[in-house]
Amino acid sequence: MATFEPAIVRAAVGESFRKLDPRILARNPVMFVVAIGSVLTSGLLVRDIAAPSAGGAPLWFTGAVTAWLWFTVLFANFAEAVAEGRGKAQADTLRKMRQETVARRVVPGQALPEVVSAALLRKGDLVVIEAGQVVPGDGEIIEGIASVDESAITGESAPVIRESGGDRSSVTGGTKVLSDRIVVRIGANPGESFLDRMISLVEGASRQKTPNEIALHILLVGLTIVFLLVCVTLVPLGIYSGVHLGATTIVALLVCLIPTTIGGLLSAIGIAGMDRLLRKNVIAMSGRAVEAAGDVDVLLLDKTGTITHGNRMASELIPADGVRIEDLAEAAMMSSLADETPEGRSIVTLVKERYNLTPPALGDATFVKFTAQTRMSGLDLGERHIRKGAVDAVGTHAGGMPADAREAAGKIGDSGGTPLAVSDGTRVLGLVHLKDVVKQGIRERFLRFRAMGIRTVMVTGDNPRTAKAIAAEAGVDDFLAEATPEHKMALIKAEQAKGKLVAMTGDGTNDAPALAQADVGVAMNTGTQAAKEAGNMVDLDSDPTKLLEVVEVGKQLLMTRGSLTTFSIANDVAKYFAILPAMFMGVYPQIAPLNIMGLASSQSAILSAVIFNALIIIVLIPLALRGVKYRPLGAAAILRRSLLVYGVGGVIAPFAGIKLIDLLLTALGAT
Amino acid sequence: MTASGWLQIAVFVLVIFALTRPLGAYLHRVFEGDRQPLPRVLGRVERGLLRLCGLRAPAEQTWVQYAVSMLVFSVLGLLVTYVIQRAQGVLPLNPQHLAGVPAPLAFNTASSFATNTNWQAYVPETTMSNLTQMAGLAWHNFTSAAVGIGVALVVARGLTRQPGPDGNRGVGNFYVDLIRGLVYVLVPMSAVVALVLVSQGVVQTLDASHAVTTLEGGKQVLALGPVASQEAIKMLGTNGGGFFNANSAHPFENPSALTNLLEMVLIFAIPAALTYTYGRMARDQRQGWVLFAAMSVLFLAGVAVCYWAEAHPNAALHDLQIASAPGNLEGKEVRFGVANSALFATVTTDASCGAVNAMHDSFTPLGGMVPMVNISLGEVVFGGVGAGLYGILVFVVLTVFIAGLMVGRTPEYLGKKIEGREMKLAMLYILVFPLIILGLTAWAAVASYGTSSLNNAGPHGLSELLYAFISGAGNNGSAFAGLNANTDWWNVVLGLTMLAGRFLMIVPALAIGGAMLRKKTVIPGPGTFPTTGWLFAALLVAVIVIVGALTFFPALSLGPVVEHFQAQHGEVM
Repeated sequence: MATFEPAIVRAAVGESFRKLDPRILARNPVMFVVAIGSVLTSGLLVRDIAAPSAGGAPLWFTGAVTAWLWFTVLFANFAEAVAEGRGKAQADTLRKMRQETVARRVVPGQALPEVVSAALLRKGDLVVIEAGQVVPGDGEIIEGIASVDESAITGESAPVIRESGGDRSSVTGGTKVLSDRIVVRIGANPGESFLDRMISLVEGASRQKTPNEIALHILLVGLTIVFLLVCVTLVPLGIYSGVHLGATTIVALLVCLIPTTIGGLLSAIGIAGMDRLLRKNVIAMSGRAVEAAGDVDVLLLDKTGTITHGNRMASELIPADGVRIEDLAEAAMMSSLADETPEGRSIVTLVKERYNLTPPALGDATFVKFTAQTRMSGLDLGERHIRKGAVDAVGTHAGGMPADAREAAGKIGDSGGTPLAVSDGTRVLGLVHLKDVVKQGIRERFLRFRAMGIRTVMVTGDNPRTAKAIAAEAGVDDFLAEATPEHKMALIKAEQAKGKLVAMTGDGTNDAPALAQADVGVAMNTGTQAAKEAGNMVDLDSDPTKLLEVVEVGKQLLMTRGSLTTFSIANDVAKYFAILPAMFMGVYPQIAPLNIMGLASSQSAILSAVIFNALIIIVLIPLALRGVKYRPLGAAAILRRSLLVYGVGGVIAPFAGIKLIDLLLTALGAT
Repeated sequence: MTASGWLQIAVFVLVIFALTRPLGAYLHRVFEGDRQPLPRVLGRVERGLLRLCGLRAPAEQTWVQYAVSMLVFSVLGLLVTYVIQRAQGVLPLNPQHLAGVPAPLAFNTASSFATNTNWQAYVPETTMSNLTQMAGLAWHNFTSAAVGIGVALVVARGLTRQPGPDGNRGVGNFYVDLIRGLVYVLVPMSAVVALVLVSQGVVQTLDASHAVTTLEGGKQVLALGPVASQEAIKMLGTNGGGFFNANSAHPFENPSALTNLLEMVLIFAIPAALTYTYGRMARDQRQGWVLFAAMSVLFLAGVAVCYWAEAHPNAALHDLQIASAPGNLEGKEVRFGVANSALFATVTTDASCGAVNAMHDSFTPLGGMVPMVNISLGEVVFGGVGAGLYGILVFVVLTVFIAGLMVGRTPEYLGKKIEGREMKLAMLYILVFPLIILGLTAWAAVASYGTSSLNNAGPHGLSELLYAFISGAGNNGSAFAGLNANTDWWNVVLGLTMLAGRFLMIVPALAIGGAMLRKKTVIPGPGTFPTTGWLFAALLVAVIVIVGALTFFPALSLGPVVEHFQAQHGEVM
């Protein structure tokens, strides 16, 4: 979505005026002060129009300053409105989905369910949903299995399987059952459903200030009071010095000095942060969670699905002594042709790609299926009995396993892989190395995290040997092998006791306690209701690697806040040099050298500073919404960079900007 | 400016640099070590004094208990000093038979010394008896400095200590810190320094004033007294209250070039050393040196500007055809000259000492602005004994908060998170200065009881008003002179200014220490905001200048800045 989409901008303009309501303005003390100043100068303007006084500030000056002060308030309102508008647009899409649905509620003692409106469903009710019907509310499947279209929520068009029991039992209101029949126990009252929460979150209705935002507000209010003192006391000091300072000038100085830039953009930055997460299909239940994501020190990552693809894949063929590798490859492929498991398919793919063999015509081959007893599968082709399976099972079948193959199998086990033996009749041809394949690019990602000072810990149910091998390959810092939910919980608590913040993903009900304990718990949308309620974020795509992006969004949010605060405060230097000489030059013309920007006149100098101060808010809205560019570097490098751009830049930019505006004003003849 | 002038400044800087480490390590041993030095001698004194206070096994206090102890102790001392001044006429050790001090002046002076300010609205040699000087005032010279160290230690402990298992470890014990500061540091060092000063010609006697016949045959009264003993702690404790009105410009207080150097070194000695002590407490010496570096940058900038400004005669005198080589010598001791006067003025206002060896009022406008800016930075350029460290630590908290977010983490310092409560306290601390300095200067500038005390009108008059409140609020105590501060209004208002500038800032500082103490420390990693190195030092300097000094830029513009440009045009108001 473009930063300024016309529809959103139109709505935001109206909203900017609606936000002039003092009750809304008062929530932002910095902008409230600007508004009070604007009211004050407006009053002066009215007075001057009604009863012009000689020697006062010219009417055009008071008028122009007043107008730009109002613009300052409106621009800040606009920034917030645009940020909210982008969320609202999404909320509206979601709301359309929540059309009146009909539910078929199970009534105890009756054979047929009664038909009621979804709005009447309460927690604990049982409903029956059949193919083609819309799920009336959030809940858990207690009976049956169905394929469900969740595209309305996730944007993912491929249907997903939901079934009772296990970790894929939850369904979300608004999604559509495509096949079969399920019975669902409703888990949320109307208005509390996932969809409702999502809508209120993206609309910013339930948005509360985060701890860091509150602290930042305290700083901004403190600075505002300091500058209020500076400006108010300047009046008597001026009287002593014989300098008459008009209220318009004092208000202009005050508004330029108080941190209006960050004050005006702060809430937009916060809303935009949640919004950026939403765009990645992650819903944060609170702004606090997004902020915590930036602070995370340790990531707990499930091996399966996050670090590895989850399926073991054939990676290598090892022929036994005296066997041609082509013979092994052919046998391995033939034994796997009827094997529809991912392992089986991966063997066929490997042989096709690496040895350029195509499956022969098999004619009257008989396929032998895998069973738990034989632990082998394969095919019988005439006199040939081709088998592949567990090493000892194939050994027994073939009447002995050659020593070299046995040794190679041991090595594969040591490296964290799984060996499969292939035999043709009584002849053992060799081994297939099945391996947990680490996702592409994951190693580089972990490197980036290391640079940022975040430790990654892989959690797996594998034995320590396997875990170690995969951990080394993926480049994680540490691993937790043979992990149980209790182990995971203990690890989180241990890290937290050291003052560290922990993030994790989870989907199962047994993950719920750990998700609740972790500082950032991202629940998978496919997960159970319990998991979703325990976490403070939900990933609609159910992609565990998303955790990495969540952390980046959190960091980006904090960086944007810090950069704009620094920029705002650094701006003051130039504004002093623009306004102070202008204020005093009338009485003390000797201080002209202080007017280092060479501004045309006192009035144009003050007006230029006020205009710059207002425009900079508009100029920075895209940055506030987009966030500063995030780079995976160490803190020292990021700081150097940001200080150069926002600190030094913040000192220089207003000198150039104010001078430019002054030149324009002069060209327009307004001096 | 001369090579010899710069050389003398360089010597001073090198001496301070050399002293910082050993003295800082000694202070760490005294306050945080397991075994204090000289247990047989000083240890007995310490235990004896503690027993005298009824503290056999002193327990760690919470910050609130510490603050209450500190306030009660300070207020009691203030009251005793007030009574001594009022009653000095009937008390012993009053060889000149001086009468009791009037109430407003006694209040002003008691507040002044209890707050480590040593603003003197009176002429000491004709107002205060020897007893008042030795018991009433010198008491505060020692204790107010020790209190300052204690407060700095509380803030440092809060930032560097790990919380106890229940999250509630104490911040130290006020009486232990106070007594250790006196017994191991201030009293023995002052005793040694006093002897050195006597060897250089500083007087030390309980005799009355001495009448002498001058070479021209005229009569002159030479004021005498126990000067050397007062002088040592006046510098070491960054007090600055002189035995004589002329302060360190008086030959009996500061007789030679050597004593001049010694006195300046003594002002910076403890404040500089405390940065090293802090590094020890943080278990990372770089954390201390970065503060030292930031302070040094601000100090060198001040000294350079002041020396440059004073090395040129006042521009307004350009047409008088006087030699320009010696610079602006008006109001300076020729014994010290321009370089040592500019250096002394910078040192005494960077640290909240306030001793002077030249008239700041007679400096050129920009030269005189340097002391004003120095104090209004918040007395953090080495600063008062203890006050400099806790002051700069508040600025560090502020800096980390403003810039820390830029690395993508919520702000943390030494592994501890800085949150809303600390920000609230830091802003309360920051607000005190503009509130009292700008507020009261503005009041005085438009009220007859304010302006009637002025000797000068126009911008220079405003500088005099501003300087008085900056000096009072900053607990500096140096005077711009040119202002008759011994009126009832000035005595009361400045007395309150000094109390506010001390205690309204100490309490939030202690509270920051208390709040930080409860926080867990996270071991820093590559993602942590770096608080060492040149980048952080530069950032800290920028925040101190922008938040601290720029606040006063508008007021200064109407004072010294305008005066400077007027002088450039050959105008004098």
